Parts: sequence; structure tokens; C-alpha cells
Amino acid sequence: MAQPILSLENVGFEANGRKILNGITFEAEEGEIITFTGPSGGGKSTLLKLIGYLLTPTSGVIRYQNKPITEFNPTDYRKEVSYFFQNAVLFDETVRDNLAFPAEIREEPFDEERARRGLQTVQLPENYLDKPVHELSGGEKQRVALIRNLMYPPKVLLMDEVTSSLDKENRDIIRSFIQRLNREERITVLWVTHNQEEIDASHRIIQLKAGEMEGIK
Amino acid sequence: MTESLEISNLSLLLSTLLLVMAILIDYKEKLGLGNDILVAGVRAVIQLFIIGYVLSFVFQIDNTLVTLIMVLFIVFNASFNAHKRSEGIDQSFTISITSIGVGTALALGILVFSGAIDWTPSQIVPITGMIASNAMTTIGVVYRTLHTQFRDRRQQVLEKLALGADKKQASMTIVRESIKTGMAPSIDRTKTVGLVSLPGMMSGLMFAGVDPTEAIRYQIVVMFMLIAVTAISSFIASYMTYRSFYNDSIQLTI
Repeated sequence: MAQPILSLENVGFEANGRKILNGITFEAEEGEIITFTGPSGGGKSTLLKLIGYLLTPTSGVIRYQNKPITEFNPTDYRKEVSYFFQNAVLFDETVRDNLAFPAEIREEPFDEERARRGLQTVQLPENYLDKPVHELSGGEKQRVALIRNLMYPPKVLLMDEVTSSLDKENRDIIRSFIQRLNREERITVLWVTHNQEEIDASHRIIQLKAGEMEGIK
Repeated sequence: MTESLEISNLSLLLSTLLLVMAILIDYKEKLGLGNDILVAGVRAVIQLFIIGYVLSFVFQIDNTLVTLIMVLFIVFNASFNAHKRSEGIDQSFTISITSIGVGTALALGILVFSGAIDWTPSQIVPITGMIASNAMTTIGVVYRTLHTQFRDRRQQVLEKLALGADKKQASMTIVRESIKTGMAPSIDRTKTVGLVSLPGMMSGLMFAGVDPTEAIRYQIVVMFMLIAVTAISSFIASYMTYRSFYNDSIQLTI
């Protein structure tokens, strides 16, 4: 069996004396799509944030490529294990500012061609590159944010109900794009979703309830 | 001219009528500020009498070391006050004393070097007071701006961190905003000077009988000095402070 890209061992998280997650243990293979599902308040979002190293577990270990993630430089790790927010916020003035940010933090030139192709893939016109962000609709913002996360393709994509506030058209565009990335570039996808088509697209489903794992399908 | 500059004890006593007016309004409107007004009045009298005698002593002995101690005392006090208003920012005393200290040293250095003022206590001490109190207010604004900005733009910072930004890259927009906000009042004040208010330095000189055309020269130097000081102190304080909103794993702590 191949080495898992991610493994969680007895991971727990407490905040303000309240247990939010407890004893989470599973492994993710490279190229897998895993869905986390379960009632709200069950700890799904927190779990994704822990894997994205935006929070640190209060117990247990998370390993990426067999090394505890605490041994990585957080900024290097987050460039490979990319967290995508439920209601992504675009910053600064234009779409270009957002798509150029990943290059900016790597101190590399902005690959405008790649940005244009990215916009096309999520069915946005190329001239959106210079569009002010406040003129975009919710679905368009979410699609631009996705391209922003993918300007430098990560190894793992963590997505927290990213299509929950979108209409069917926007949802389908994002889902089929993610599935293609998973197939063609073997990006591992861990997502929290209640959408049946997204659940059907995944290889495994992990049920979370009251901070504990209820089962794996 | 000099006679009119002396306020007799009787005049001073009669001027407390001004406080009585405030207390009457408080009493009529039941504002509950009576004690505060009284305490403020008494404190002002005591503090100013003490500082009056101390300054008079410092001016008389005109000693470089004593003047320097006075400068350090003012900078320390300003830093301590800024630190108290820092709303729990880590190492806020170190940050405050560095920004106020560097701002004061640079401004005093340039003023003395350019010959605008002499290294005599009667010039150095009041100028240091102006510089340090402006730097103190500026740093207070910087601390408050950073707090509100990190809270209001939390999601934006998180997005940047999730994309792999380091502390500085994730905070740059906020740092710039905080420097700008810290500098804004001194720039605005400089734009409207003479049109809205006659500032303290100039008024004081005119009170003392200096010709207005001469007094404005000092005021011009003071306005430029204050722009520089607020720029330097808000720059240093913003760059030293933004880190304290993160932990070692580069996660937001606010």
C-alpha cells in the first residue's frame, strides 16, 4: 500500500475548556477525495482548519508525508496543503491583485497567462482580470478565490462547504473543475459538504458527530 | 509687556470661578462629573506647581546632563502612558519607548543641528514635551487601529495565511493603514494651521511679546517637526506591533 499523504492520529482540539474534536484517526491516500459530513457543530470545519495548520491540535499528531506538520515551516506547508474558505473574501482592488498575490508572496513574476486560463476554466471571461472585486457576484468571487488557491497547484485542497451558498450552475462549475484536477493532477481533496453530487464524487465519507468519528464509508 | 504676564494669587484664585461654572452645570444636569472636575482641577494645580518649580530649577542650573535627564524623564512618562493604553499588546512598553525615543532623538537632533533651537533647557524641555506627547498620542492611535483592523479584516488575513503568506505578507495592508491613520492628524493640523487655530507655540511667543512674523517661524519648524515625529513613531510602532497578533505557528491570535 502507498504511503498516505496525510495521517491523523488521535487528534483532539479544545477551546475555552470545551472539547470540539476528540480521537480523530484516519489516513488519506494521494489522489483521494474524502467527504466529511455530519450535523453542524460536529467539528468538521475545525478539523479542516487543523489539517490546514490554521489551528494547532491540543492533542494527537497530524502528519503530512510522514512528518508531523509542526515540523514544517507553516508558510511552506500551507502552500502545499491549501485551505479554501466557505465564503472566500477577495482583497485589494481587482481580480488581478488577488490572482497575483500567490506569486507576490513567492517573490516570483505573475503568470498572467495562467491566470487567464484559470478564469476560463471556471467559465469567467478573460477580461475579468482587471475587474474591481466589488463588482463580482458571490458565485464569481468564489470562483476567482478558487483560481487564487490554484495559481500554484497544491498537493492537498481543503474545502469547507465552498459551494453551500452558491446556485446549481456555480456549484457544478466548481465541482467539475475540482474533479478534473483530482483526476489529472492527482490533487488530494478533503471537503466538508452536504451536497449529494459532491458526496457521490468522493472515494470515502467520514461521518463526524459531536467531535467524534461515527464511521467511514 | 512683562507686567501683563504675571498672574497674581488673587487672579488665580478668582479663575477657579471657571471651574465653579462647570460644577454648576454638572449639578443642574446631574452628570455625576463633580468629583472628576474637582480631582482634575486639584491635580492640575499640584502637577503644574511642581513642574513649574522643577523647570525653574532646571533652567537656572542650565546643565547638559540635567537637561538630558529631563528629556529621558519625559520620554519615559510618554512611553509608560502609551503602554497603559496598548490594550494588552505584547511588549508594548518596549515598543512605545523605542518609537517615542527614536522619534524624539531624530527630531531633536535635526532641530539642534540645523540651528533652529539651541541645546538650552528652556528650549529643549518644552520641545521634547511637544514631541513626546504627539508621539504618545500617535502610538495610541496605532495600537487602536491595529486592533480594529486585525479584528475587522480577520477573514482577509486568514485567507492570506491559508495561501502561504508569512506574518508580514499577511499584515502589510493593515500595517500601511495604521501608519497612515497615525500620521493623518498631524498632516491635517498642518494644513489648517493659522486658519482654524493659532497653535500653542506661536500663541505663547506672542503672549511673551514676540512679533507674530517672528513667532510663525518657530511654528513652521514645529509643524514640520510634528509631521516627522508622527511618521517615525507610527512607522516604528506599526512594524514592531503587528507580529504580536500571531503565535509562533503563524496563526492569528485575535
